[in-house]
Amino acid sequence: MSSPDEFDIAIVGGGLVGGAVGYGLARSGLSVALLDEGDVAYRASRGNFGLVWVQGKGLGLAPYSNWTQLSARRWPEFAALLRADADTDVVLEQPGGFHLCLSERELEHRVQTLTRLLEQPGLERYPFEVLDHAALADRIPGIGSTVVGGTYTALDGHVNALKLLRALHAGLLKHGGVYLPNTRIESARRSGERFDLQAKNKTFRASKVVLASGLGNARLAPQVGLVAPVRPQRGQILVLERVRRFLHHPIATLRQTDEGTVLVGDSQEEAGFNDSVGMAILATLADRAVRTFPTLRDVRINRTWAALRVMSPDGFPIYDQSRAHPGAFLATCHSGVTLAAAHALELAPQIVAGELEPRLQPFSAERLNVQKAA
Amino acid sequence: MYKRLPELAASNPNTRLLAVTIDGKPFAARDGDTVAATLLAAGLADCRTTPVSGSARGPFCMMGICFDCLVVIDGRPNQQSCMIPAHDGMQIERQQGARVVSLAPESVAPESMP
Repeated sequence: MSSPDEFDIAIVGGGLVGGAVGYGLARSGLSVALLDEGDVAYRASRGNFGLVWVQGKGLGLAPYSNWTQLSARRWPEFAALLRADADTDVVLEQPGGFHLCLSERELEHRVQTLTRLLEQPGLERYPFEVLDHAALADRIPGIGSTVVGGTYTALDGHVNALKLLRALHAGLLKHGGVYLPNTRIESARRSGERFDLQAKNKTFRASKVVLASGLGNARLAPQVGLVAPVRPQRGQILVLERVRRFLHHPIATLRQTDEGTVLVGDSQEEAGFNDSVGMAILATLADRAVRTFPTLRDVRINRTWAALRVMSPDGFPIYDQSRAHPGAFLATCHSGVTLAAAHALELAPQIVAGELEPRLQPFSAERLNVQKAA
Repeated sequence: MYKRLPELAASNPNTRLLAVTIDGKPFAARDGDTVAATLLAAGLADCRTTPVSGSARGPFCMMGICFDCLVVIDGRPNQQSCMIPAHDGMQIERQQGARVVSLAPESVAPESMP
């Protein structure tokens, strides 16, 4: 018999990564607890842009591109599962996405980057199109004259990320999982065949533990024989008022939701744990948005926010299992939306089986243990 | 639903009347009225429909906070009617759903085009 605070698997972190893994684990029939810190946490999952994005990812680690492509391909099935389990339409659209360039130099660099990316050994190659202004204007009416060109891949899409987060929690509950908010885990340690997870006034016990607490993983991972050298990287987002749908494809830096809201984003700053917005970045985002779509010039900005991406040293996800403490797993990435399908449908079953498959070996933090050259 | 206070009219007998149109129909606003007050005085409790569900909305906070009173004023969409004084000749239209943005090409030809 297990006590109410004893579970087959406990997940530390109730954001998009923990939520997706937790939903996948709960679907397997195991007893699952999702331990979520609370509103004092940095909450990257509540501040992201909502892209399901493939193009451009994986330069330097081909398996990351393949993993991303797999998740994008499994997203329609995943969205259907969430609709059934959580009665939530997460508004998945995968019409293909564009990366737009505002100068010839940007375009040249973009094409070089994608070409190098796709030439990597072991990468499952996908086609991309390079489009000049005229070709783009046919496909995305309303683009400005300073958009000199761009790239397109058919795999890209977007989703309502807040509905996704809610659906993951609801799906977990539907399959008998337990969601515990305001439960910051202070420490994690192996105790015999189980793990003890210490919250403020309570200890949770579980046969397996999955660390999915974003920036919090850096602190908890070493306690169970893992490493997660992640750092915050700030991103800022502008939210415009709702306008009649005019944009039917996501663009890497700008997308319109099904309900009409326009989001502008994709800034990247090293700002430590400061998650406030700054006028310089917001002004740059606004300027690029207006050059991309001049019609947005008189559309009101309703909100702005900043959030902290969870970045590893090389920018790629870390999936790991503890050798010293079998049963302890780690999952961290900065693409919790794109990879949600892979986390629920591909990663969770491996955790149930107790062993990450060799195809996830490239994502082990061991790759980061190379001595830095002086 | 709403009507003007008789005391107000009595105390300001010389208030100028402004000729405005609401959805094309003429109406007399009073100088100093906001567009929202004009709409309410015309007996219109709703001034728009929402972009997502299409349900009706009308002036609510009357102080620029709630954005429920958006209308089209002289052709400009999403104007906060509670914050804008009516003027003579103003064309006020109730707004249906989300505003529309123009996707017409810019007047200047793109440099990259032949």
